[in-house]
Formats: sequence, C-alpha cells, structure tokens
Amino acid sequence: MGVGITVEQLNAYYGKTQALFDINLNVLANHATALIGPSGCGKSTFIRCLNRMHETIPDARVEGKVRIGDLAVYNGTSATQLRRRVGMVFQKPNPFPTMSIYDNVAAGLKLNGFRNRKQLDEIVEKSLHSSALWDEVKDSLHKKSGASLSGGQQQRLCIARALSVQPEVLLMDEPCSALDPISTGKIEDLIFQLKEQYTIVIVTHNMQQAARVAEFTGFFLLGKMIEFDKTEKVFTNPSDKRTEDYVTGRFG
Amino acid sequence: MASRRKGLPEMTTTSTAIVIPPISLWRRIVDRAMTGVAVLTVILVLLPLGAIFAYLIYKGIGSINLAFLTQTPKPVGEPGGGMANAILGSATILAIASLMGVPLGIGAGIYLAEYGRNRYGDIVRFVSDVLNGVPSIVIGIVAYAIVVLRQKHFSALAGGVALAIMMVPTIARTTEQMLLLVPQAIREAAYGLGVSRWRTTLSITLRTATSGVITGVMLAFARVAGETAPLLFTAFGNQFWNWKLDQPTAALSLQIYTYALSPFDDWHRQAWAGSLVLIVLIVGAVSAVRIAVRRGTLAGA
Repeated sequence: MGVGITVEQLNAYYGKTQALFDINLNVLANHATALIGPSGCGKSTFIRCLNRMHETIPDARVEGKVRIGDLAVYNGTSATQLRRRVGMVFQKPNPFPTMSIYDNVAAGLKLNGFRNRKQLDEIVEKSLHSSALWDEVKDSLHKKSGASLSGGQQQRLCIARALSVQPEVLLMDEPCSALDPISTGKIEDLIFQLKEQYTIVIVTHNMQQAARVAEFTGFFLLGKMIEFDKTEKVFTNPSDKRTEDYVTGRFG
Repeated sequence: MASRRKGLPEMTTTSTAIVIPPISLWRRIVDRAMTGVAVLTVILVLLPLGAIFAYLIYKGIGSINLAFLTQTPKPVGEPGGGMANAILGSATILAIASLMGVPLGIGAGIYLAEYGRNRYGDIVRFVSDVLNGVPSIVIGIVAYAIVVLRQKHFSALAGGVALAIMMVPTIARTTEQMLLLVPQAIREAAYGLGVSRWRTTLSITLRTATSGVITGVMLAFARVAGETAPLLFTAFGNQFWNWKLDQPTAALSLQIYTYALSPFDDWHRQAWAGSLVLIVLIVGAVSAVRIAVRRGTLAGA
C-alpha cells in the first residue's frame, strides 16, 4: 500500500547555488501527484530529494523535513533503507545493459540479498505484468539483454524493476519524455492502475499528461512551489497569475 | 557523379531559399585521399606484426616438434631437447603475477573512478603513471630486493611479483577509464533500488564495464608475458623441471635470451622456436579469454 508524503521547509543546494526554496507539500497516499513547471525550475531536484538521490551529486545538500509514511527521510533513516521503499523511474530509460531482462527486474531483490529462486520468479513475472511488458518479453527473459528492447519497452522494464522491490511510493522523473505517443499512452494507463497500490509523484513537461493522470498538481517556478491544488483547479481556475500564464501557454 | 549534382532538391521558393552548392570535385578528391591515408596507416600499423609473425613461423616452425614441447634442455653439444620446463615456468610465473596484479589493479581502478575524484586520487593516478614508465629492469631489481634477498634464492614467486608490479598500473588506469564510461544513470538506477554504494560498484558498474576491464587486463598480461629483464634476477631460469614456487624457475623469455646469445646453431634454432611458441601462447590465452567473455554476453548487450 502507498503512504503519504509530508514535506516541510525543504531547501536544496548545488554547492552555493540554491535550487529549491522553502517547499511545503502534502502528498496523499494512493494518489498521483504531478509536478509541472518550465525546465530548470527544480521539479526534478525536488523529487530527487524525496529518495535522497540529490545527495549523490558532489557538493549537493538538503535542509528541511521530509516524512514518507512513518520514515523521517533526513533523520535517522539510511538512504539505502529509504530507497527500498521509495522506487524511482528516471527520465531516460536506464536498464542495466549487461543483464538479461529477468536479471534487470530481479536486480533490486538479488542485490539486496534475496535468494529464494521460486519467489523471485513469481515477483519478476508479477512486476512485468504490472508494467504491461510481460507478453512482449516472456519468451526472451533470459536470452535478451535489457538494452536490446525498444525505448518504450526499456522504460516499462525500468518500471517493473522499480516495482519488484515492492515500494510504497513511486517517483517518476519525466518518464515519458523520451517516448513516442503509443508508449506514452501505455505508461499513462499503467500509472492509472499503479495508483491503487502505490503513491505516485510524477514530474512532467506535458501538461495534458498531468491533467490525464494526476489528481493533484504542483506548479514550480524558479525553485519555488507557486501553487499546489487539485489538478482540475490548477488547470481551469488557478489562483496564481503565474500558474495561469504557464498552463495557458503564455510563457515557459 | 554528375547525377549527384542533379540529385539536389529543386528549390521551390526562389527569393529566400539558401542554395547549397553541389559537392565540388576538389572535396571529393580530398575525401578519397583522406580515406586512403587512413587505410594506409592501418596497413602500416599491422605490417610489422604480420612481418614478425611470418618471420617467426619461417624460422621457428622447423624446430618445433614433440620433443621441443615435452622435454627439458639437453646439455651443450647434445642435440635435441626442448623447452617444456620453460613453458611450464612461464605459465607459473604469469599465473602468480595475474593472481596478484589483476585484483590489485582492478581495485585501484575502482578507487580511482568511484572514490578518487579528489587530490588523493590525483596522487595515485600520478604514481601509477610514473610506475608505468619505470624500466622493467628496475622493477626486476625491486623484486630482487624485496623477495629474492629475503628468501635467499631466486624463485617463481619473485618473478611473479616483478611482473605483477608491472601489470598493476596498466590495469588500474584502463579499469578507471572503463568505469568512468559507465553512465551515471546506471549507478542511479541501482541506488534507486536501495542498493548500497559498494554493491553498486561491484555488481552494477564493474559488471557493466566488464569487457573493457578485461581488455585492460589482457593488455597488461600480453605486455608482461614476454618480459625478460625483470625475470633475469628474480626467476633466474632453470635447465630442469621445477614444480616448487620458491625455487629458480625457467621462463620462455629467459630461455630465448640465453639461447639467442649462445654460439650454437642448434640453440639459435630453438630460440626461434621458443619465440614462436611464446607468441602463440600469448595470442591463444588472450583469444581464449575473449571467447569465454563473449559466450557469457547476452544478445543486444
């Protein structure tokens, strides 16, 4: 089951450059929340703060409080523990190129010491079903490398890989930006189904996509969160002028 | 050729259209010439290798027979005999060198690529590059000082240590380069699954870079396999079978060196044969590893 996310007074830096300013946000469990905004506004930095991926960049640091379910993200939780419960799908599909399709999906469990072969088979199949890839790859699970799939398939493989460790939250950083409309459609359908089991935070440049998949939408601009509300409200009746300008295409 | 000029699309708007000039004769000549130069340089690079191999076969093949591959050297004046003990010795010394040098080199390469993006790393990089340039005879002296003097006699172990020292910088720097080629996105994918950093490095990054790392290892192996100088006063050489790691041990390169300098025609012939065997064994070992690696590679990887 998904869990909620609470963010209080989050500030993030790259060296001396501040990338996020005082972000406060509540993400509801088992809903999809979209983050929109022009390039460089801090959306990606923000979701990378949620699973502590931000700090893997040299000189990057974070201030503020983040709670995911019962976990205090920046207080007493190890990054590896946290990331097992907060899965991530990246902008560019990044399957492990030397691993088979099966091993790609099983990697998260295997590398964390999970050895039960039979259960592993079941989880791999279930994860690939969840990411709507099973039928396309079931005959070449062990024969083909993850890198041999098409871009859209690779991204669904990466989603399966993220689901295999059974996280509570799924972070998606522009998961469709490198994909064609058909693959994008498949992944959007997927997000719809996944909401039942996971809390989803999705960064997107595509406003129609945000409108289609998310119940809530946050608008970021220059490192600040300008507006956060029900998606319908943000797109039809925003309370901030800058949000209105952005969603109506007047800038950005 | 003329058709290529006609093949340019007709411009429909006359006023604003830019006109791309057809590819001139001069450009086509330069294109051909440059391709020719590139092909020529490849031939020039491959020619010495081909020539050496051909000459070795011409000079050495006649002396290779079962006795050469199965017997130890005969005393001076007695014809026949072989280099079987030297083949075994070379294999032993190289195995020792690889067992020590490969893990050390790969470990250093991992440090440089994953943890050494700082001043300490720069120091290691510099030292490793200097070590790469140290003459092999000097490395022989070092191994003599730290192993032979302590053991009080020459040994396969001492030879192995000398060659291992020579392997480390090559392996370390190629491993570093290969790991740096692995996209950050791959590491992040592993971190995102809750995999710890050391586990990511070993099971994801290093694994992704495997074929490149193996190329580095093979390069280092092939380079030290034919080394003579560092073995002169470490492994020392031996005219008889020796199965003990702490005793003076024959090596093909040493045997070739001794025989080539001798005044006997029969020994000269054997030196040629030994050289041929050495090269074939190196090529064989490198190819075997390559084939083994390719077997384990998945389609599309």
